[in-house]
Amino acid sequence: MEAFTTHTGRAVPLRRSNVDTDQIIPAHWLKKVTRDGFEDGLFEAWRKDENFVLNRPERSGATVLVAGPDFGTGSSREHAVWALQNYGFKAVISSRFADIFRGNSLKNGLLTVVLDQKVVDALWELTEADPTVEITVDLEARQVRAEGITADFELDENARWRLLNGLDDISLTLQNEADIATYEVARPTFKPRTINA
Amino acid sequence: MGRTLAEKVWDDHVVRRADGEPDLLFIDLHLLHEVTSPQAFDGLRQAGRRVRRLDLTIATEDHNTPTLDIDKPIADPVSRAQLETLRKNCAEFGVRLHPLGDVEQGVVHVVGPQLGLTQPGTTVVCGDSHTSTHGAFGALAFGIGTSQVEHVLATQTLPMARPRTMAITIDGELPDGVTAKDLILAIIARIGTGGGQGYILEYRGPAIEKLSMEARMTICNMSIEAGARAGMIAPDETTFDYLKGRDHAPQGEDWDAAVAYWKTLRTDDDAVFDAEVVIDAAELAPFVTWGTNPGQGAPLSANVPDPASYEDASERNAAEKALEYMGLTAGQPLREINVDTVFVGSCTNGRIEDLRNAAAILDGRKVARGVRMLVVPGSVRVALQAVEEGLDKVFTAAGAEWRHAGCSMCLGMNPDQLAPGERSASTSNRNFEGRQGKGGRTHLVSPQVAAATAVLGHLASPADLSDARTPAGV
Repeated sequence: MEAFTTHTGRAVPLRRSNVDTDQIIPAHWLKKVTRDGFEDGLFEAWRKDENFVLNRPERSGATVLVAGPDFGTGSSREHAVWALQNYGFKAVISSRFADIFRGNSLKNGLLTVVLDQKVVDALWELTEADPTVEITVDLEARQVRAEGITADFELDENARWRLLNGLDDISLTLQNEADIATYEVARPTFKPRTINA
Repeated sequence: MGRTLAEKVWDDHVVRRADGEPDLLFIDLHLLHEVTSPQAFDGLRQAGRRVRRLDLTIATEDHNTPTLDIDKPIADPVSRAQLETLRKNCAEFGVRLHPLGDVEQGVVHVVGPQLGLTQPGTTVVCGDSHTSTHGAFGALAFGIGTSQVEHVLATQTLPMARPRTMAITIDGELPDGVTAKDLILAIIARIGTGGGQGYILEYRGPAIEKLSMEARMTICNMSIEAGARAGMIAPDETTFDYLKGRDHAPQGEDWDAAVAYWKTLRTDDDAVFDAEVVIDAAELAPFVTWGTNPGQGAPLSANVPDPASYEDASERNAAEKALEYMGLTAGQPLREINVDTVFVGSCTNGRIEDLRNAAAILDGRKVARGVRMLVVPGSVRVALQAVEEGLDKVFTAAGAEWRHAGCSMCLGMNPDQLAPGERSASTSNRNFEGRQGKGGRTHLVSPQVAAATAVLGHLASPADLSDARTPAGV
């Protein structure tokens, strides 16, 4: 995973709540067996409307998505995170994320930042008034900064440490392989098995 | 202080606990399907890793599989390639697979329970958000992303921050004609699509205890639609009776030891939940959705709500957008909404009891002219059972299409889809924009409401039907 320390970029204000993962990447895109090439599927249905915010020329090259509450609800498809990253997004800001989406994003180095809806409203107003304005998402300081706005955000220390260092979860877990082996030996015999090992 | 059911199961699976780290949880059962696993297997290959516990892993094909002509090659080359990728990966790594055409094939969340693999007190994961279904057995079951699929394949564990717990107590008794689906839709409407975010839900109370395993699975299945990764119901005699004798259920002394353990899996009287919701079952009625998220629902007897009635700006905005997408107007009676398609199936309502419930309504009646009804069993086993009971004949006599097992019209990944502008009454779990096909409009309903809707051509409950039936075989 690529490390995330701090990022500064222009924003896409997405004034919608309950943006589910079927909107982020529709199911027919899920037939692909790679982690890349999903950028054209991002918000596919909404992008058919030329006035959709992502289609506006002034939003081209923007890297921070500022969305309404309950972003990423629904399906567990990690393809939603890949689609956002393939398109070029580095961070998503919302007042509330769905659990599975958030977990997926942090495992891929897409920083999901939870801010109070009042701050999200302020970021919407700011970036709608001036599309050239830049937002800084600073993971080291756990702070979002933009013209006239400074807002601290929370992220648990362990997740932050893994993101800052771009650490691979599996390698970390395998450092505790002995604990897993010990647990396995003590498991009750009545636990189900799919095949005889 | 006592512990909740969720806390007990969690504690029993902690492999490692250390300050400042998420708990490392052991995973008892890992279910795989073709959509969310290819990139995980690729990751294993690139790192030179193997599957740690093949004996705790099982795969099936469901999302892409067609429900017609299953003996012919799959027409869509991309779907076919994805299924072939799963077959290659399972062969290469040694994973047990039930492919299309196999008697144990079906929707992954129907297959696990019917094989007896889903058991009380286990941890169950799958790269699919409806893994919450398995919580009906008192399992801690949750959906994961592809990175986590790879993590479980490689280590049989997951690092997880411990969620909070929420009790959803259903007091009293469900009125006649009110089903588990109505109940869960009402719960989601009450707490919202984000209400369960960060929680493991425990459904409890007298109305829950009376439910069959199939009904409990319907409820736990849609926990994710309330934002909760997992929903659980304490195991009891209903659970044990369901499991006994199944292929992978414990036997002999193991059965006794298992039941003794399972009986300890109840929330202690002095345990404290982080949040509690109480619902009076007697107040419930058949429930349907009118909008584009599962929280946008109302009793069937209600009217389409007026967005202006919402105080919260974001909810008002969401309701406006939903009505526009759904082609509905505020104040329109829900019962007057006509549908083109009725879908009975999915991991929410594709089990034998669901098919029985729909068939009981359709028996001796006809699907309304101009309405297409698809009945899709959740698994091949469910299909065989239905045929043995003659349910397939009831459906076809009524004019419905009896299909092969799979996810079918629940999501737009296989040939079963809505056309743009088409409207469905669907027993599935998501009414998102385009979920059942680009431009398709979905109303989530119970199997009983689906069947009554098919007969009348507009959203309806069995109580709306006349008693007139054509005797079977006429």
